[in-house]
Amino acid sequence: MKNIRNFSIIAHIDHGKSTLADRLIQFTGVCNERNFQDQLLDNMDIERERGITIKSNAISLPYRAKDGNEYMLNLIDTPGHVDFSYEVSRSLASCEGVLLLIDAAQGVQAQTLANLYLAMEHNLEIIPVINKIDLPSADIERVLEEIESELGLDPDTHIKCSAKEGTGIEEVLEAVVQRIPPPRGDISNPLAALIFDAKYDSFRGTIIHCRVFEGSVKAGDIIRFMSNNATYKVEEVGYFQLTRVKLDKLSSGDVGYIIAGVKTVADVRTGDTITLQNKPCQQSLPGFKEVKPVVFASIYPIASDDYQDLADSLEEYKLNDASFIYEKDSSAALGQGFRCGFLGLLHLDIVQERLEREFGLSIILSVPSVRYRFTLEDGKVIYVDNPTHYPDPAEIDKGEEPYIRATMMLPERYLGSVMKLCMEKRGVNSNMNYTGPGRVELSYEMPLAEVIFDFYDRFKSVTQGYGSFDYDIIDYRESNLVLMDILVNGEKVDALSQIVHRERARARALIACDRLKDEIPRQMFKIAIQGAIGGEIIARSTISAFRKDVTAKCYGGDITRKRKLLEKQKAGKKRMKMIGSVSIPQSAFLAVLKSDND
Amino acid sequence: MHTKTAGLYIHVPFCLSKCRYCSFYSITSVELMDEFVKAVVREMAFYKDIFPSFDSLYFGGGTPSLLTTGQAKTLLDAAQKYFDIRPRAEITTEVNPGDVSLEYFQSLRREGVNRLNIGVQSFDDSLLKFLGRRHTAKQAIESIETARNAGFKNLGFDLIYAVHGQNVKTWRQTLKKALSFSPEHLSCYQLSLDCKTPLYKQYKQDGLELPSEKEALDFFISTSMILTEAGYIHYEVSNFARTRKFESRHNRKYWNHEPYLGLGPAAHSFFGNRRWWNKANVKTYLKDIGSGKKPVARSEQLSNDELALESLFLGMRTADGVNLESLKKLYGLDLLAVKKRIIGTLIDHQLVILKNNRLCPTLEGMALADSLALI
Repeated sequence: MKNIRNFSIIAHIDHGKSTLADRLIQFTGVCNERNFQDQLLDNMDIERERGITIKSNAISLPYRAKDGNEYMLNLIDTPGHVDFSYEVSRSLASCEGVLLLIDAAQGVQAQTLANLYLAMEHNLEIIPVINKIDLPSADIERVLEEIESELGLDPDTHIKCSAKEGTGIEEVLEAVVQRIPPPRGDISNPLAALIFDAKYDSFRGTIIHCRVFEGSVKAGDIIRFMSNNATYKVEEVGYFQLTRVKLDKLSSGDVGYIIAGVKTVADVRTGDTITLQNKPCQQSLPGFKEVKPVVFASIYPIASDDYQDLADSLEEYKLNDASFIYEKDSSAALGQGFRCGFLGLLHLDIVQERLEREFGLSIILSVPSVRYRFTLEDGKVIYVDNPTHYPDPAEIDKGEEPYIRATMMLPERYLGSVMKLCMEKRGVNSNMNYTGPGRVELSYEMPLAEVIFDFYDRFKSVTQGYGSFDYDIIDYRESNLVLMDILVNGEKVDALSQIVHRERARARALIACDRLKDEIPRQMFKIAIQGAIGGEIIARSTISAFRKDVTAKCYGGDITRKRKLLEKQKAGKKRMKMIGSVSIPQSAFLAVLKSDND
Repeated sequence: MHTKTAGLYIHVPFCLSKCRYCSFYSITSVELMDEFVKAVVREMAFYKDIFPSFDSLYFGGGTPSLLTTGQAKTLLDAAQKYFDIRPRAEITTEVNPGDVSLEYFQSLRREGVNRLNIGVQSFDDSLLKFLGRRHTAKQAIESIETARNAGFKNLGFDLIYAVHGQNVKTWRQTLKKALSFSPEHLSCYQLSLDCKTPLYKQYKQDGLELPSEKEALDFFISTSMILTEAGYIHYEVSNFARTRKFESRHNRKYWNHEPYLGLGPAAHSFFGNRRWWNKANVKTYLKDIGSGKKPVARSEQLSNDELALESLFLGMRTADGVNLESLKKLYGLDLLAVKKRIIGTLIDHQLVILKNNRLCPTLEGMALADSLALI
C-alpha cells in the first residue's frame, strides 16, 4: 500500500488538464504511439469537442520512481461543472492528493480557486503545477505571486511543466510519489469501498468504479451496497489501464473496478459504500447523498413516427446515466413524449445533444421547470414539475417553490454587478466574506427556478469568467405562482407553458413572445403569438406574413432543378413541428429557455 | 405510358450576342447551324415511334429566328415525316425583334408557323441596353407591325420587370404600350439573376439591389390587375392570354405533366414518368448524333413523391391549380386529408380556393406558388 498514490488533476477550464493527463499516461508507457489519441480520458466525442469532462474516469499508471521503487499511480479524472459537483466531490474523496494546474499565461482563475477549496475540504495534499510555460506570454513570476496571495499556498512547492511540449512531466510524477501520502487503511478490516462512478458495458453489465479504503474484495465474494442493502456476487475485479486489467483482488488503497452482475448503472449510487455481506463494516464512508434531479423537461420526437425510436434510445441512454430519469408524457401540441429529470441545465444540454448525436434523433424539448409544491384547499399536498399538471387555480391554497443557497467566489471588483444580478433573480439573505485580498465569497438564497434559466451564463459573463458558483437546495418557500401559457395563432402550445412567479409572468411572457417572433420563420399568413394567464393576454407579438416567392420562369428544363431546390427546403421543413397551421422550428422551443439579458 | 398528345421542342442554341441575364445554353458562332439542323433531323429519327402524336411544336433558344427559311423548312418537313403532327398543331417560333423582315415572316407562315413569340422585353432603350439586348424599342415595334402585316393572328410578347432602374410606374407604361398592339399572349417575367450570368456579376459588383419582397409583390399584383382589367386571363404566374384559346398550348404541357420531346443541345424531354436531357454542348451533341448515339446527358425516373411535388409546384403556378383527384389516384397523395388544417387556414386567408376538386391559388396565392407547394 505504501507504493500506491491516488490523485486527481484539478484546473480551470482550458488550463490543460486533459493534455497533462495524456502526457502522464504516455510517460509511464501505458499507452504507445499507435493507440494514442488526444484527451484519452475523455471518451465521448462530446467531451473532446467541448473540452469538458462529463463522466469520471480512472487509470492506473505503473511508475518506477527515482528512488528505485515501483509505484502504482491512480489518476482519477473528474467532471468540471457545477451540475456534477457531487460526482466531483466523490472522486476527490477517493484521492489523497491533487495536482492543481495553473496556466502560466492566465494565472489563477475562478475555477482554480473553487477547485482548491474543494480539495481543501477533503484534506488533500495540493501540488501547484504551472503549465504552458512554453507560451511566449507565460508570466511565471506573476503566477507565483498569485499562488501565494490568492491561493495561500507556498509558492516554493510548485512545479513547472509544459504538457504540450512534454517538459517537466517526470518532475510531476516524482512529486506525486514523494509528496502525496500513500493511502491508509487496513487490509484485515471489513471491506469499505467508495463508489465514485459506474459505466455500462453491453457485455458485462455495470462496471463499478471504486476506491477501496479498508479490507479487500475478490471474485466470488458477496458484496452489499450499504445504502439499499442490495447484494451481488462479484464476478471480476481489476484496475484500469487503457482497457480493464483483471486482478485477483482489490485491497485497501486500490482504485479499480468491480463487475458483479449489476444490470444497470441506475442500480449503483455514486458515493455509496460497498462492503461484504458476511463481514460488513460498521458504518458507511461519509458524504453519501442521493442525487435527485432538479430540472424537468419533456422530450418529444419531431416526427411522431419516431416515438418508438426515442423510447428505445432513452432506455439505452439511461443504462449509462444514473442521474437521468424519465417517464411517459404526452402533449396536446406535440404528441407522445417523455418527462425527464436532470441534474441541471448543462446535464439537460448534454442529454439532448447525445440523443441527437449518438442516437440520430430529432427532438424537441419543452421549457424546463423545477418541482413546485402546492397545498390544495382540501389540505392535500402535491408536487408539480410539469406545467401541464398545474392544478386548478381555484383549488390552490398555497404554492411553494424550491430555494437554493448559492455560494459564489469572485474578485471584489465584480461584487456590485453580481449583487445586482442576484437581486434581479429574487435573491435574499445575502452574506459576504473576504477570503483574501480582493476576493469575496458571496452567498444568496434564491429560487431555483431563477437559477436554472440563465443565471450561470449571466454570472459568468458579469464576472468575465472569474467567478465560481455552486449551490445547494435548502427548502421550499411560499411563492405567488401562476401558470403562463403561450398561444401561437390562438392555439395553446402546452410545451411552452411555464409556472412562474406572478410578478415575473409578464416579463417572461414578453421574452417568450419576442424569442418566438425571431425564431419562427414568416409564413404565408400573419401569426399572433400571445402570452396568457388563464384567459388574460399579458403579452403579444406578431409575425408578419410572407407574401412573395421568387417565381421565375418554369419550363421544361427548369422543372427538375426547381424540384431539387424545393426538395431541399422540404427536408428543412420536416425538422419543424406543425402546431395547428404553423410550422415551428426546434430552435424556437430552445430559444424560449435561453438567456434573457440581450 | 402516355397516350396524351405531346409537345415537340427544338432548341436552337445560337445567338449573335448573349443577353446579360440569360442562362439558357447558346453559343455566339453560327458556323455550325447547317450541321445542327441536319443533326436535329437525325435525332428525330431516334424518337420516331415513341411519341404517338404532337399538337404543338416550339422553336426556342437561343435565337431560333436565326434559322434561315430553308433551315426552318427542313426541320418542319422532317417533323412531319417522322412524327404525327396534328393538323391544327400550334407551331411557335421565338423571335428576336432585330432579326426580322416581312419576307422572313411570310415564308415562316407559309411553312406552317402560326404563332410568334417576340422577345420584346421592354420599350425602353436604356433598359434594353442594360439587359444586353441587341434590339431597340423601335425595332421591337417594327417587328410587331411586320408580324401583323405578314398575317400572324397569334402573337405573344415576352416582357421583363423588376429590373434595376425600373419602377412600378414605368412598368405600367411598358404594359400599356404592349397592350396597344393587342397581343394574343403576354409573358411577364420578374427578372431573376442566375449566378452564372454577367448581369448577376454586375448587380454584385455595383451593389445594385433586387426589389424587396414588397416591391416584387407590387410589380406582380399591378401586372395582373392591369392585364386582367384589359381583358386578359392570368392563367399562369407569368403568363396572360387574351382568351383561353390563346393560352400557350406548348408551355401548358410543362405545367400539366404532359409529355414533351426536346431536341437539340440542352433540351429536356418528359415521357412516361421519365425525364431526360441532352448534353449542353453543340460540338458533343453533333459528335454523338454523328456516331449514331442519342446525345442524352442524363435521365431520371421520377418517383410518385417526386411527381406529386412537381404537380404541386407546377399546379400552384396556374390559375387552374392542382387536380386533387389525380394527385390521389396517380401518386397516392390525399392532400386534403393530410393537410386539412393548413389548407383550411390558407382558404381563410384567401390564398387558395377549392373548386371542382381542384386546389387553386388566388392571385395572392400565385405569388406564393412555391410556398404553397411545400405546405
